[in-house]
Amino acid sequence: MSKEKFDYFIKGEKGKYEVVIGLEVHAQVLSKSKLFSGSSTKFGADPNNQVSLIDSAFPGMLPVINEECVKQAVRTGLGLNAKINNYSVFDRKNYFYADLPQGYQISQYKNPIVGEGKVLLDMPYGSKEIGIERLHLEQDAGKSIHDMDPSNTYVDLNRSGIALMEIVSKPDLRSPDEVNAYIKKLRSIMRYLGTCDGNMQEGSLRADVNVSVRKEGDKNFGTRCEIKNVNSIKFMQMAIEYEAARQVELIENGKVIDQETRLFDTKKNETRSMRSKEDAHDYRYFPDPDLLPLKLEQKLIDDLKKTLPELPDKKKERFIKEYGLNAYEANVLVSEKEISDYYEEVAKLSDKKLAATWMMGDLFAMLNDKGLDISKSPISAKHFAELVQSIKSGEISGRIAKEVFEIILETGDNPKKIIESKGLKQQSDPKELEKMINEILTKNKDKVDQYKSGKEKLFGFFVGQVMKSSGGKANPQLTNEILKKLLKG
Amino acid sequence: MSLDKEKIKHVAKLARISVDDAKVESLTKDLNSIFKFIEQLNELNTDKVEPLTSILNQSLRSRKDEISDGKIREKVLKNSPKENEEFFVVPKVVE
Repeated sequence: MSKEKFDYFIKGEKGKYEVVIGLEVHAQVLSKSKLFSGSSTKFGADPNNQVSLIDSAFPGMLPVINEECVKQAVRTGLGLNAKINNYSVFDRKNYFYADLPQGYQISQYKNPIVGEGKVLLDMPYGSKEIGIERLHLEQDAGKSIHDMDPSNTYVDLNRSGIALMEIVSKPDLRSPDEVNAYIKKLRSIMRYLGTCDGNMQEGSLRADVNVSVRKEGDKNFGTRCEIKNVNSIKFMQMAIEYEAARQVELIENGKVIDQETRLFDTKKNETRSMRSKEDAHDYRYFPDPDLLPLKLEQKLIDDLKKTLPELPDKKKERFIKEYGLNAYEANVLVSEKEISDYYEEVAKLSDKKLAATWMMGDLFAMLNDKGLDISKSPISAKHFAELVQSIKSGEISGRIAKEVFEIILETGDNPKKIIESKGLKQQSDPKELEKMINEILTKNKDKVDQYKSGKEKLFGFFVGQVMKSSGGKANPQLTNEILKKLLKG
Repeated sequence: MSLDKEKIKHVAKLARISVDDAKVESLTKDLNSIFKFIEQLNELNTDKVEPLTSILNQSLRSRKDEISDGKIREKVLKNSPKENEEFFVVPKVVE
């Protein structure tokens, strides 16, 4: 693949500006119960039905930490090649909001559970490393519903107290495309690890986006604005584009950028200042007196490390080596654990390269069309492998394979049976093909003469006739060869 | 460290405590004298001392990941000043 050059700049009248982006990703921890209480974390329950007296902050309630959430944070940290801190502290982050019954969020400030790490991105212009500043555990807030009543806000505390991992990147991202790749990579790593389901529709993964701009070549960062709580990659990209353009315009007009919290209005496609958050950064953190410091035994960390699954970067390397895939194919096939599992099952039973091509072509197109995950594929890996093998062995042509593919979808039959019962086998016997082609040439003598006198375009006509009279089953390569031979004579 | 009236008003606002102007004066005086008392600690050199956040030299106690609570909506909503069987109801908060 030819390497493109990085080229994402905002063009102002006074020059080119580079966009500097850092993300604070909030990833909901996969666990049965909440971070400090025994209520369920299941999505979609009736309002306020998964709320304990701790989650609703009744006086005198004491938080007790969920050991699984701690392990999930450690696993994620290990997956981000990060330093795991044996000593971390829970702090209170104080602010008032209707969906925060405690009046503070239990979070980690000075001593997070996970320190610096890194994530690798595959960009068209090469591989890029994005630094991770830290990962800490914290509580999620409840949910405010503003559109059920004209004069009141309704509060559902089911989400209140669910464990979140806040993953803070270094300001290493430089374009909306890199943000896209970064979120997808984080999501992929966490899904491999089973630490977050990455479901953005359900809010399991959302981000605060820090954006600043600077003249190309400048070493110092510009003043940044933080865009709060953006819940889809598309919106993150739109918000960044809008915000970067806004900042460039301010600079070019000699104005000053205020460091502030903004929100992205998805209807108007713009960011605007959140006045209510004026004091937002005055959180008055202090260690939570209800919670002792969290000390992790090195043995626990080492044990967790041993049980980690093979992660996307490693798997990609292996796919290239073991299956002879190119970097692009390997990248796509390791993006989700379920996809890579399916591929490996198919590759074990059929041609590895052809399997990749057909998976990324017809199978993905069909799944996409039906809105299905690969785990719900109507075609099993075994049947898919049989189909690939039938193409590889020359038993059926690529065109017929598409037909068989459709029939498997409808009937769920195995490909071998379909090919036999419908008589779809490719005609690859040279003698029989030659006989058929000879008949066609005799029938179209006038066209043969025209061809021989120079009208070579007619070759396609002959191929068409062969396909027609064979019901599309004539081996295309063989047909070409025989036709060329006979038309020469 | 000394506190001025603005700081007192700011902290009161953050804590959602309403303090009228007449009270700010006396609060500033009181709090300043408290801070002055605490500041005696600065006479000690604490460069190599970790902040003490707990006097118990233990690690955090943890629990297993099991569902053992919830499904008590009635109880949870009982003390809410305004409710509608399913939700807490608060004055409109809009960005």
